[in-house]
Parts: sequence; structure tokens; C-alpha cells
Amino acid sequence: PGKTKMSLTSSRLVWRCLRSFSTGVKGWDSPNLPKGYVAEPSPVKGETKKMNLVEAIRSGLDIALQTDPTAVVFGEDVAFGGVFRCSVGLQAKYGKSRVFNTPLCEQGILGFGIGLAVHGNTAVAEIQFADYIHPAFDQVVNEAAKYRYRSASLYHCGRLTVRAPYGAVGHGGLYHSQSVESFYAHIPGITVVIPRGPSQAKGLLLSAIRDDNPTFFFEPKALYRAAIEDVPVGDYTLPLSQAEILHEGSNVTVIGYGAQIQPLRQACIVAKEQLGVSCELIDLRTIVPWDEDTIIKSVCKTGRVVIAHEDTFTGGFAGELIATIQAECFLNLEAPIQRVCSWDTPFPLVYEPFCVPSKYRCFEAIKKVVSF
Amino acid sequence: MASVLVRAVRSCTRLCAAKNWTAHGRSLSSNPGDRGWSGIQYTTDMLAGSSPHKQQVFRPMYQVLDHTGKVLDAAQVPDLSNTQLVKMLELIITVGVMDQQLYKAQRMGLISFYMMSSGEEAVVASAAALAHDDMVFAQYREPIVLYWRGYTIDQVLDQSFGNWLDLAKGRQMPVHFGSKDLHFQFISSPLSTQMPQAPGYAYGIKLSGKKNCVICYFGDGAAQEGDAHAAMNFASTRGCPVIFFCRNNGYAISTPTHDQYAGDGIVSRGPGYGMESIRVDGNDVFAIYNATKHAREVAVNEHRPVLIESMSYRLGSHSTSDDQTGYQDMNIVEQWKREYHPVIRLRNYLVEKGLWDAEREKGLLAAVSDKLKKGLNRARDEPKPHLDYLFEDVHSKLTPRLERQKREMMEHIKEYKDYYPLNQHES
Repeated sequence: PGKTKMSLTSSRLVWRCLRSFSTGVKGWDSPNLPKGYVAEPSPVKGETKKMNLVEAIRSGLDIALQTDPTAVVFGEDVAFGGVFRCSVGLQAKYGKSRVFNTPLCEQGILGFGIGLAVHGNTAVAEIQFADYIHPAFDQVVNEAAKYRYRSASLYHCGRLTVRAPYGAVGHGGLYHSQSVESFYAHIPGITVVIPRGPSQAKGLLLSAIRDDNPTFFFEPKALYRAAIEDVPVGDYTLPLSQAEILHEGSNVTVIGYGAQIQPLRQACIVAKEQLGVSCELIDLRTIVPWDEDTIIKSVCKTGRVVIAHEDTFTGGFAGELIATIQAECFLNLEAPIQRVCSWDTPFPLVYEPFCVPSKYRCFEAIKKVVSF
Repeated sequence: MASVLVRAVRSCTRLCAAKNWTAHGRSLSSNPGDRGWSGIQYTTDMLAGSSPHKQQVFRPMYQVLDHTGKVLDAAQVPDLSNTQLVKMLELIITVGVMDQQLYKAQRMGLISFYMMSSGEEAVVASAAALAHDDMVFAQYREPIVLYWRGYTIDQVLDQSFGNWLDLAKGRQMPVHFGSKDLHFQFISSPLSTQMPQAPGYAYGIKLSGKKNCVICYFGDGAAQEGDAHAAMNFASTRGCPVIFFCRNNGYAISTPTHDQYAGDGIVSRGPGYGMESIRVDGNDVFAIYNATKHAREVAVNEHRPVLIESMSYRLGSHSTSDDQTGYQDMNIVEQWKREYHPVIRLRNYLVEKGLWDAEREKGLLAAVSDKLKKGLNRARDEPKPHLDYLFEDVHSKLTPRLERQKREMMEHIKEYKDYYPLNQHES
């Protein structure tokens, strides 16, 4: 009462005017900045179809089941299609013995999957949310990761792949937003892969499924429906343990993975427009074993590094990247390495926009590293 | 969706109209495949079947051979050949000698660790009831199962010393044996982790169409872990050909079973999973053999898991790192050794049949003792595996990072070669 209510359009106009007089960046409203997920061209030749991340993953699972008669897909709610629809239609197509629900028990899902893989089947387990994978940690660290080592390869569970949605989704709060890759990166013996989009996801998933090491595949749930691009309909794989340079640059090496690639893309564009900075954006893709050569080569060229991930600062994977980079490229570095991460708190609900490494914080990190 | 709701409402209305709620036992669920509801009756007796603690019923244990070696029911003597029976007795006696001598070897600092299976040797009968290629997931107190299949004393010693002949290249502590040829998974220290893996492996067998099963051994302590529940639930819901064999030996290190569970042991959990469960006298090779044979038939032919709880008593300490005199009543231990040890009844039975005598036993004791003495010296003098193997088998292929770490380690060792036990390893 007593306050004049402005329309949303006019209040936005006022805000823009105010901002343009402030020291804030004008570039965030630039028409050059993409709105949402940046679709990429297909990574391999062949017929493609517009798919979102869910459809791309489903296509990968379909091909795995089709090409490998020992392949089995299982997890909570997988039979009806999965809570994120990643397995829709698969039970009808491949039968109840190959696509089925498990009881609600993550330690059981992992243990069962390990046993199935030891038998020689291709076991593709789904954990409903990465936030719920923790009861299975013992099976991962003490069993899956050590199965081959403790038997000198007489037995192994390399045919096990575990998929789980990870990361912020806008409304997930503490238990539907977690990033867990750093827990698993720490364990020798397993592979951890995080795709940035649909066409990457399908190819990396098929590689993970066919790789002879137990692999964890964390899917950025925020992109499940939001990311749409031309995905090859056929069977293809993308290499594990190989980072990818998304665009070459000469001033700053910018490293990220998964959903974080999108805010990093935007930060790089604004950095180019506003600061004239040329960024080399690299998607790590495989968290462990990670592609040290690509990263080190880039840093030796640029001398400046920004790393961003949704996981928290303390103990987040950026620490490992930074430790390696400073050891290998110390004399090439022109500035301290910047990392942009979630604050060291449990993942909050209403504070999410302030907590995550936003494109604005990523841009500020680039600015900091070039003005050292 | 609408028709499902309509049917549910209709069946509810019909039930509400019925005067006698116990009359029909009709399922409320409109889904005929829903086992959660169908077949469940109504009753006005609130406590029907509620099993209050003071009225607890204890499942009896199945026995064929009593503790003196007398056969209680001739019709249930297993169809084992004389050779197999004698092999069983010989192995039980052999393990007894191995336990004594390797315990001493640890105390003398020769091997780093050892676990005895004293009192529980009758579990060998379960191995006799399986096919040679039925996969075994064990805990650690079942080496006699591996010996039944052909694992030698020399292999035990090589594994204990972790020398270059060890199948696992010296990576694990003694007692953590395994074998691909003998279809026995490598032991891992964390308890019960093997349990949900067993139904997973068994499910693979089911999909392949092979007529095999899996057996999973675990103790009364391990049975309390979440993995144990997960295992039995997965095996039951997915229909896996797996036998869950619980060695209830009364103790988990120092913790007696009354601190471990309040119900009727492990066998009572079977019905909770919709799974057949049998309790046997764990000192009776005939009971164990029959139960395992039956369980195998159910597993292989019906693709259903079976739970066997084998009641026995741990006569030794938990391991060489434990001292049972701190918590076990040694009078009871001595009494068990005198009266209930599995070797007593089997020996009596075979002596009665003319298949065994004191001379043969003396000969066997001497032969095993000799083999152990010679084997200990040999295995101790064999070099440990090459240093390269420190980095192998982490992944399917050596990663660039591990290659770099190996190089770094080798350079460091070259410089400090007098300070590392290099001469113990293959070069």
C-alpha cells in the first residue's frame, strides 16, 4: 500500500538503464550471448535426429542392449521408463529379464551389478539421483575399484557401468542437486565420466559401457530436456580419458565439465567482447583417469587458468587439476589459478542462484586472471 | 488409469457391504500380479501371528549324524562314495594340522596373519554337494571348500607369504585366497560385501541358461550388515540361483550372538524374503551335505535362492590378532573339542564302516606336518613379485599417470636402493 507497482517490462527497462550507468558489464544482454544450451554439430558422420539428453541416453542404452546380448539394464523404476524417462520402451523391446526394477537399495544395486559384471555380463545400473549413491560407497571403494587388483585380473567387474543424474536443477535443494565426482575420482580403479550434452553423452556412454573398467557416468540433469541437438542415430563411441578443446584461444585456459560448460561458454563470449580476452575452453569429459596432456599443453600456451565446477570448493576436483597444473607448468603461469565453485555449504534451495558458479562469477574469474 | 480406479472402487464397495470381513480374503489391489495384497486374509484377532518376544519359537536344527557318529535315520545318509567320505575326513584332519602349525608360524613371525577354521570344518560337506564349477563367494573361514576343489598346501603358503607364485601377486594379506580355475572368488576383508554380488553373478548364470548355482558363505556377524539384507532381497525378488550359507559359530570376534540379533538367528529371516530356509547342525557333515544338495536343486531347477543356517561353534580365536580367552568360556571350548568337533563323529562313522583307522590317521598327520614344514621354508625363500606389479591391474591398461608414477618410484628407489627391501623382490 502506498507503493506504485511498475509493470515487469518497465521495471526491467529501468533496471537496464541503471545497470548501464553502473560499473557492471553491459555484455550480458548482448545478442551474441546464446539463450540456453548451445547445440553442437554432430561429432561423427552419419544420419542424425534432434534429441534431448534423455533421448540421447536412451538411444545409447538401446544400442547397448541391441548389440550386446549379455547387456542388462536395471535400477529403481527402470521398468516403466525411469523417473527421468531414460529407459522408456526398453523393457517392451528387450524383455523383463534384461530390463527390470530392483528393490529400493543402492548398496544392493551396486553389489548385484558387480556380481553380474564379474559373471561377464554387461551390467548397466541406474542410481536414481547421485545424491542417493552414498549407501553404495562401500561396494564401490572396497569392491568394484579393487576387484581386478586384488585378483591380479583373474576376476574383474569391468563390464559394470553406473549411471546417475547429478547437479543443480533449479529446485533440487540438498538432496537432488549434488555433485559427487570428487568422492569417486579419489578411488584408484574406477573411471568417472561426465558428458556436457546429448551427442557427447550417447558416444561417451557407449564407450563407458564397452570399457573394461567399472565406470561411473554422471548426467547433468539440468540438461535432460533443455539440451537439444542433432545426435547420430547409429552406433558410435567417443574416447574416454580425452579432454576436448571446444574453442581454441591464446590468453586463458578455461576448464570445466558437464552442465558447467554452458555458463563457461557465456563467460568466454563476454570476456571476448568486453575485455578482448581470447579463451581456450576445454571440456574435461573424463574426470578420472583425466587427460593431463591436453590441459598441460594449453596452460603452457596461455599461462592463465580458470577452472569451474558445480561441486564445492573444498575437496572439489579443481584442487587436483590445480595441483597438477602448478607442478607441471609453474614457470609458464602468469597468474594464480582461479577456481569457481559452489560455496562450501550443503546445496541450498532458495539460495541456489547465489551458490552455484554462475556465468558472472566465471567471467569475474577470467577478469581476475588477466588483470593480475 | 481410469478403469483401474473404477475396479479398485468397485472391489472396495463390495467389501464394505460384506458383513463378515474374514469371509473372502479378497485382494484390494486391482492388479492381479500384485503380491503385496493378494491372498492376505482379514481377521478380528489383532495379535494373530504377531510373535511377541516371550513366545518366540526356535527352529530346530536338522541332524543326521549325532555327535557320537550314530546315524539317526539310515534313509538320509547321503549318497557319497567311500572315496568322497574319506576325502572329507582327511581334509578335516589336514585343516586341523594346518591351523595349528600356521598359527604357530604367525606367532614366530614367519607369516603376518592367519585365521583358523577350527570347529567349522564340516562346511566341507557343502562343497561336496556342489558342482565343481558352481561359483563360490566366501567370507574367510571356509578355506576347506577351496581345498576340497584342489587348492594345495603350497598354494596356501605362497599366498600367505605373498611371493611371486601367489595368484594375486602378493597384493593381499594371508587368508585372502581365491582361484579362477577352482571357481572361487577372492576373499575381501570387508564383511558381507560378497553377499549382494552372489545373486548378481547367479542372475548372469540364469540368463545364460547354464545349470549352475552360486554359493555365498557368511557368518552370524556379517549377516547383520545391510549388504546381507540387500543380497537376500535381490536374490528373492529377481529369482537368482544362489545358496546363502550362514556359518553361525556363536561369535563375531568377541561379540556373542545375543549382542548380534534378538530373533531366532538367521534362518528366521528366510520367510521375510519369501525364501526357503533350513537350519542344520554345523558339526554334521551329512546334514550339511543333504541341505546343500537340496538347496542346489531348488536354486538350479526353480531359480530361487535358499538360506541355510549352519549352527556350529568357533573353537579358535577370531584370528591371530585376537585372544579368545579374553571373552570365551574355555571350559565350553574344551568340551566342544572333546564332544562335538565334526571330526569325531565322521571319524567314528568311518571307523565303524572299516574305512578309517588310527594308523591311517597317524600317517596323514605326519605327512601333512612334513609338507607344511618343507613348504614353509620353500615359500618363505621364494622372492616377492616384481615391483612392476605394484602398478598393474589397477585398470585394464596402465594409465599415463600410473606410468609416470612408476617411473618416479623407480628413479627414487635407484637412488635409495640400500634403504628399500629390494632384494626380497624378483628383479
